[in-house]
Amino acid sequence: MKFTLMLNGEQRDFDCEPTRRLLDLLRGDAGLTGVKEGCGQGECGACSILLGDRLVNSCMVAVGQVADRPITTIEGYSRTTRFAVLRDAFGKAGAVQCGFCTPGMIMACEALLRQNNRPRAPEIRLALAGNLCRCTGYNMIVDAVETAAREGKGLW
Amino acid sequence: MKEVNKSIPKIDGMGLVTGKPAFTDDLAPADALVVKILRSPHAFARIKSIRTDGALELPGVVCVLTWRDVPRVVITRAGQGYPEPSPRDRFTLDEFVRHVGDDVAVVGAESEEAAAAAIRAIDVDYEVLDPVLDFEAAEGHPSVLHPETEAREMFPIGFDPNRNIASAYEMHVGDVDAVVDQADIVLKRRFYTQAQAHVALEPHSVATWLDLNDRLNVLTSTQTPFHVRRIMADALERPLHGIRVIKPRVGGGFGGKQQVTGELFAALVTLRTGRPAKLVYTRQEVFTSTCCRHAMRLDVTLAAERNGRLQAIDMRILSDTGAYGEHALTTFMVAGAKTLPLYNRVDAVRFGGKTVYTNLPTAGAYRGYGAIQGNFALESTLNELAIELSLDPAELRRINMIREGETSPVFAIMGEGTEGVAMNVGSCKLDYCLDRALEMIGWQNKARRRVVDSGRVRGLGLAVAMQGSGVPTIDMAAATLKLNDQGSFNLLVGATDLGTGSDTILAQMVADVLGVSTEQIIVTSSDTDQTPFDTGAYASSTTYVSGNAVVKTARAMRELIVGVGAERLASSADDVEFDGRTIRSRTGESISLSDLSTELFYSRNQQQLAVTESYLCQQSPPPYMAGLAEVEVDLQTGEFTLEDFVAVVDCGTTINPNLARVQVEGGLVQGIGMAMFEDVRVSPQGRLRTADLINYRIPSRMDIPDLRVEFAESSEPTGPFGAKSVGEIGIDTPPAAIASAVHAATGVWVRDLPITPEKILRALMVVP
Repeated sequence: MKFTLMLNGEQRDFDCEPTRRLLDLLRGDAGLTGVKEGCGQGECGACSILLGDRLVNSCMVAVGQVADRPITTIEGYSRTTRFAVLRDAFGKAGAVQCGFCTPGMIMACEALLRQNNRPRAPEIRLALAGNLCRCTGYNMIVDAVETAAREGKGLW
Repeated sequence: MKEVNKSIPKIDGMGLVTGKPAFTDDLAPADALVVKILRSPHAFARIKSIRTDGALELPGVVCVLTWRDVPRVVITRAGQGYPEPSPRDRFTLDEFVRHVGDDVAVVGAESEEAAAAAIRAIDVDYEVLDPVLDFEAAEGHPSVLHPETEAREMFPIGFDPNRNIASAYEMHVGDVDAVVDQADIVLKRRFYTQAQAHVALEPHSVATWLDLNDRLNVLTSTQTPFHVRRIMADALERPLHGIRVIKPRVGGGFGGKQQVTGELFAALVTLRTGRPAKLVYTRQEVFTSTCCRHAMRLDVTLAAERNGRLQAIDMRILSDTGAYGEHALTTFMVAGAKTLPLYNRVDAVRFGGKTVYTNLPTAGAYRGYGAIQGNFALESTLNELAIELSLDPAELRRINMIREGETSPVFAIMGEGTEGVAMNVGSCKLDYCLDRALEMIGWQNKARRRVVDSGRVRGLGLAVAMQGSGVPTIDMAAATLKLNDQGSFNLLVGATDLGTGSDTILAQMVADVLGVSTEQIIVTSSDTDQTPFDTGAYASSTTYVSGNAVVKTARAMRELIVGVGAERLASSADDVEFDGRTIRSRTGESISLSDLSTELFYSRNQQQLAVTESYLCQQSPPPYMAGLAEVEVDLQTGEFTLEDFVAVVDCGTTINPNLARVQVEGGLVQGIGMAMFEDVRVSPQGRLRTADLINYRIPSRMDIPDLRVEFAESSEPTGPFGAKSVGEIGIDTPPAAIASAVHAATGVWVRDLPITPEKILRALMVVP
């Protein structure tokens, strides 16, 4: 079946089963390997992307469900000014360790900041609860979001 | 330029944030065949027959391999020194399957779908055998897991496969029984620690292909590229020089990637078909078919005087290695070797027991590596002893714990698999760590038990810990440094960055010695064709062992630069200075490193400056820490939350304080997970009940309080820039600290991990 997806701001055509996992299309057909597969069950958040403004686990979404909504992955998001602010905040806080969860974590931060541009620590914790990290103690990631919200004032 | 002890960002951090292709599966050849493994549904069975023709007829299926198609070479998958201290008890594929999820057959296909269809179409006839599912009943069980005649130990480790014993070990100093008989007080306690899963976010992944010269290239998420190359050459009966192992970025290891996993299977498909192949484990396969922490039963006996002086420690352990003996002996020994020296004033110490085979998921290396199990048992018993003696548990530590400059006979007796190395600890700020941690949590000013409101009570608890820094006389690391035109350097290291930041800290050390900035150091790590040897990332070795290697290398490079620079300035080496930027003679002549290096390539005295140095670990100086926990328990339900965790760590100099802090915090979180809920559970038939992240929960941001981590001012005389290791120490204290905090709050000792609300409540209902 043919699909036209709005992927990172570009219209792209794909031919696949409507039940194909969006994650497989993104990593395989579209070559967007910044989207990671950590569990395949919607539990770890490594494959997080934005569907419109909504954060979703792309392993839990079928291609047939998303044709009408814009998709943003880390590859598209990393071209934005907001990303640069988050990237610098993550760097400054030392929030990147092995880096496998990081692209998904960044997308979760963007989704949070879109809804709430001055999140408090408990709100950050809740917003990132679906993104697992096994390397850090999470503290630094919360610090990074607070820094980004402060430094990126007016961007969100 | 001072680059050490600076929190510079990880050198690969920016690339990782943007999600650029970095990990094995991102970099695998696009035309790679998809490899999948048919896995055993039985805990113990013999394969009577396998029919593969149905699978081979399916479209897109390229090959199906069974145990009859692979060389029958007995190996251990454990990536350790050679000869390995783990028993060789495993074949690439075998006619026996020994746990649910064990490898039965290998499929190579054009797509995921074709591979999955092939797996379903393989027809296996099993003779189901009676499995050993209780590790306390494994020794002498009628079912013998390893009847194969090829299984063997590489040197004496107490291997007795006919009795399901993978290894056995005994040591003693002094006469424990005599001391116990005459002691004022004797405390005997039994503990159980559970199997824990690593859950590195990146699943085990490998891609293989044949290059232009038909050499087997292996791109893999491993902690031990050189061990993988050696084991693969052995198992596949291929010359070692025909194999290249490359480690790209790795998404966490924690010990779980310190063994061969999918590498052999992908390689079999590539060798059979001549085509690139890749195997990415599903999360379920990571749980069922890689490895987990050794579950243990630990019996601790302490003898002490009324005044609190410990006189004897006796620790007996039964360890469960699951179906295969990977890291069986060494993990077992570390449970004693990295705990007993904490209390070095005793008159007698004894340690021993066995590691047994069961038809449960295979155990392997896991951060802490026995020390977390031993620590939970020893520190918990000490906490109980403090109560018996009406002593503050901190005071009990002060009376008995090891101090800087002291030694323990255990260091010389117990190594990892072999004898250890005698050592006086050159750096030990455990006394400071303890006092500072007590101060941070307000130990003196808070009651150890505080009622918050009706039914909710808080409690405080503590534990201290030690680990090691590499395996003495075994772990060797090497580094190569070469000078480029315009003054940058290539640093080539076998050391293996798993996301820990080791590439960064090694570059920092080199930069500091040379006086240049870290940006001038281009790091290439872990490629068996390109980089010199390193045993790999395990045993808390990288900062200390690989760090010593790069410091030696950088010093040698500095001497070369000074020598060549002096020649260029018509001076002598003693008469020039090099500040990292410029070489200056006493007569005032100078040349920049940038100009000198460019001349060396193109115009004058032409040559490549390069140097390789090696460092063999001589001692294993322990990092130390104190960990303090505060919990709040609901007495009605037994539910509890961790409200605070304070850690003060002596890891010597922190090469990169921020990365050191992440190591400690990450270790704490895994230790907290093990203390509170992580638990690998199986059904009565041996089927894993916790084979996904829904049933095997790891801590999320909601479970963890704001961890408070500080470092002691400390400098290790034998360490690079005074550094010791920091990778494992963080994991050790949470179980005992949280158990004692729960006891302070409730009066209940939970002696089998994890400390669940059910266990607390059950005990509360019995306690008057």
